[in-house]
Amino acid sequence: MAEQVALKDPYTEKRIYGARTIFAALVVFALLSLLMARYFSLQITQHETYRTQSDRNRVQLQPVPPKRGLIYDRNGVLLAENRASYSLTIIKEQVEDLDQTIGLLQDLINIDDDHIKKYRRLVSRSRPYSSVPLKLKLSPEEIAIISVNRYRLPGVDVDAQLARHYPQGELFAHVLGYVGRINEAEQLQIDEVNYSGTNEIGKIGLEKYYEDILHGKVGYQNVETNARGRVLRVLERTNPEPGADLTLHLDAHVQKVAHEALGDERGAVVAIDPRTGGIIAMASTPSFDANLFVGGISTKDYSRLRDSIDLPLFNRALQGQYPPASTVKPHYGLAGLHYGVITPQSKVRDPGWYKLPNDDRMYRDWTWQKKKRGHGTFVDLEQSIVESCDTYFYDLAYNMGIDRMHDFMAPFGFGSKTGVDNTNERSGLLPSKDWKRIYKRSTWYHGETLSVGIGQGYLLATPMQLAASMVAMANRGKHFAPRFLKRLGDEEITAPELPMIEVEAEHWEAVTHAMEEVVHGRKGTANRINRGLKYRIAGKTGSAQIIGIGQDEVYDEEQVAKRKKDHGLFVAFAPVKDPKIVVAIIVENGVHGSWVSPIARKVFDAYLLDQGMLEENTDAGLIAQAAAESATE
Amino acid sequence: MSQDFVRQMPDRSSDLARRTGFWQRVHIDPLLLMLLLTLTAFGLLVLYGAAGQSSGTMIRQGRFLIIGYIGMLVVAQLDVERIKRLAPLAYLVGIALLIAVPLVGVGAKGAQRWLSLGGFRFQPSELMKLVVPMAVAWYFAGRALPPRLKHIVASLIMIAVPTLLIARQPDLGTSILIAASGLFALFLAGIGWRFIFGAAGLLLVSAYPMWQFVLRDYQKTRILTLLNPESDKLGAGWNIIQSKTAIGSGGWDGKGWLNGTQSQLNFLPESHTDFIIAVLAEEWGLRGVIALMLIYLAIIIRGLWIGMNAQHSFGRLLAGSITLTFFVYVFVNMGMVSGLLPVVGVPLPLVSQGGTSLVTLLAGFGLLMAISTEKRMMEQ
Repeated sequence: MAEQVALKDPYTEKRIYGARTIFAALVVFALLSLLMARYFSLQITQHETYRTQSDRNRVQLQPVPPKRGLIYDRNGVLLAENRASYSLTIIKEQVEDLDQTIGLLQDLINIDDDHIKKYRRLVSRSRPYSSVPLKLKLSPEEIAIISVNRYRLPGVDVDAQLARHYPQGELFAHVLGYVGRINEAEQLQIDEVNYSGTNEIGKIGLEKYYEDILHGKVGYQNVETNARGRVLRVLERTNPEPGADLTLHLDAHVQKVAHEALGDERGAVVAIDPRTGGIIAMASTPSFDANLFVGGISTKDYSRLRDSIDLPLFNRALQGQYPPASTVKPHYGLAGLHYGVITPQSKVRDPGWYKLPNDDRMYRDWTWQKKKRGHGTFVDLEQSIVESCDTYFYDLAYNMGIDRMHDFMAPFGFGSKTGVDNTNERSGLLPSKDWKRIYKRSTWYHGETLSVGIGQGYLLATPMQLAASMVAMANRGKHFAPRFLKRLGDEEITAPELPMIEVEAEHWEAVTHAMEEVVHGRKGTANRINRGLKYRIAGKTGSAQIIGIGQDEVYDEEQVAKRKKDHGLFVAFAPVKDPKIVVAIIVENGVHGSWVSPIARKVFDAYLLDQGMLEENTDAGLIAQAAAESATE
Repeated sequence: MSQDFVRQMPDRSSDLARRTGFWQRVHIDPLLLMLLLTLTAFGLLVLYGAAGQSSGTMIRQGRFLIIGYIGMLVVAQLDVERIKRLAPLAYLVGIALLIAVPLVGVGAKGAQRWLSLGGFRFQPSELMKLVVPMAVAWYFAGRALPPRLKHIVASLIMIAVPTLLIARQPDLGTSILIAASGLFALFLAGIGWRFIFGAAGLLLVSAYPMWQFVLRDYQKTRILTLLNPESDKLGAGWNIIQSKTAIGSGGWDGKGWLNGTQSQLNFLPESHTDFIIAVLAEEWGLRGVIALMLIYLAIIIRGLWIGMNAQHSFGRLLAGSITLTFFVYVFVNMGMVSGLLPVVGVPLPLVSQGGTSLVTLLAGFGLLMAISTEKRMMEQ
């Protein structure tokens, strides 16, 4: 140490230090000049470029979603509307400890683990500065609780947006369908530009069928945003074009009556105005609350609906394909008259069963299963319709042949979609020899003709098809593709008219008179509904057998589980002289049409009496006549 | 010559003498203090705009400034001789704390840099910015200069130990600053140019293995991003693109205080910490940048002047290396924000928000003041 101290030379040290400092100072000058040049280049030379970029940066073109069109019934009752909905969102970037924040929120309001799982999945896929919803559809209480605790929840926000709402709940769920989040498949089909601000799209029902009309056109706004996309100022705006409002033929009151008349049963009611083809009611039970689907349904709710053995998501009116059973006997009777196979006077022997020539198999009449006898020794067409005699129609079918039956039934709408303005309609099945050869790769047997002749066997129809065929029946051949849409804005929509079914007037008369007797006759299968009627109904009952009955078995209602019981059907129109409404009703396992017919009476009363349709467009004579007729009953 | 100057002082005027006497008694360098006050006041204005016009941020920064200035004045009163004697102990304690960081420290943003002492968090690496040049200056102060090879090697080890410990935290920015502070002392001590060029050559040769084995992925990304910011527009390149846009759009006049769209609309990330110069450039224009650079330049010249006029090699080396390190802060920060250098978390000294850095820097200037007033104290 001492040796080194002796060697220290303060003068040299200072000289070296001075030189080094001057050198360092020169380097400092040089480097600062470099910085200077850099800032000069950015701020002076490239100023224009960066100024443009800065302007572009803060101004953004944003889509403004249009307001979805509203849906009304014929009387202006709101069926689908848009309501402000509040959702709880979190911007991850502004949250210090996400777990702690979620925990705190869970202490404050009820949040399912389900929601949290979904949120975490969403968060992992989105940018840290975007706001991700944690819970949708907040209640006013929840909004209040969050507002009060805002100060200790940084990054947590309540966002408002318009959400679809169905004020009638489950009453119209099958008709209207619902809107839900746009999925990937839909993303590929929609106009990306027009949907750039829209999150939801019609999934099924009228919401889907009229999606183009309901959606509207997207608008735009130039907004000044910060880097997080938060809008600070709107600079310029092109307003969106709201979607058009729909007015439907549906009558909310009739729909409600139909829905309630079905009660806890599984079934469907379709009511159509035969003068216009407009659908007055379409109920399918059990139903569901369409509001659950808006904004995304929870897994719990969805599996509950999906897994229910009552299939509440199944639209029985359009998708349910049932054997129409005896409800098609009037059609076949008409066909027999039309082709000259029978006359109104021709009779058939009815021992309660029918046998084909050279065949020992017995085709039973439904009365056989109860009383081992027929409807009388000989029966004619009218009696066979009124009392629903199977033997008569076995004989008629055999004589007519399956292909003529097919050709006559097709124009009534059997075997093909009615073309109703709704989604997921099924076509039913109208069998023929060709059909069996192509689809079953097999020849046609006479026995199969007999089954089809009483509306069983391969023959299947939807309640919508049955109602549509009743329109033709009520109108003596004039009919339409049924329509829900009545008015679009100010424009009245007319249902497309289908080719007239050309049948002699007297034949129509014979068959509809028989149908009138079904309700008003002493032996009519639906005569229990004629008490106190102020108008006249023409109808036909049916029981669709859904389990095979062996040759020697006896059908015992009590012993067959409820789910294996026959479906009860009823088709009808009223008033007979000037039909204003037709109905088709099916109740699964409802046993028999006579049991189902009171539902039709309620629907007719609701429309004709409650809604005053009987008086409307009806001359006094008809009313008087109806009154007189009901008095004589 | 300087002795003559001092001896004349009392003769000039009694008023000036009394004032000079005052500055000498309280050990303050009035020119340096004035420059620092100007800089920090300007910085506070810029920060107000950068932090979204939040008075809370201003108040916090103001509180740290007060603490910093008090600390500076306290340090300025210390006896340089005593500082020199304490230097080796401070160095050993500092190393011990750095070793403790990965063992008991607390982390933030994936790095462990903090020690928590009774609820008070502090960064040992920040302290080392002063301790390392002090230790190196102490080491050379006792030896003949220019240093011999074995002393150079020994001092390099002194510098390397804390540098590597901090680089491991990881904190590339701070470790660069600390290495620089030690190396400046070595340079000012008169290390031969042969060594300097040799080391530079070695560094060049070792660049590839460094890239391969030492640098972390995110650090590599930053360097690659510098070369082509457009390659990752929303990720690492975002900061650079936005800060260049902010600077460039400022032009000569600037958009006006609190009117910078880039900064006020939050496009600029870290606008009130490392990227605050972009806010200044956007709102005050090139004029503001030049003014800031001139203040920095004046501080640096004043610092170098104090070093040249220090009485002993310890003071000289310490003052010089503190001053040059201060310049590295300025250069690295302004360089990285303008896209000239890779982004390595270095704040803009005395302007960026951040309490620890502020207090350390001002303590450093306290040391400069102690050194600058030492001579006159001896004369008295």
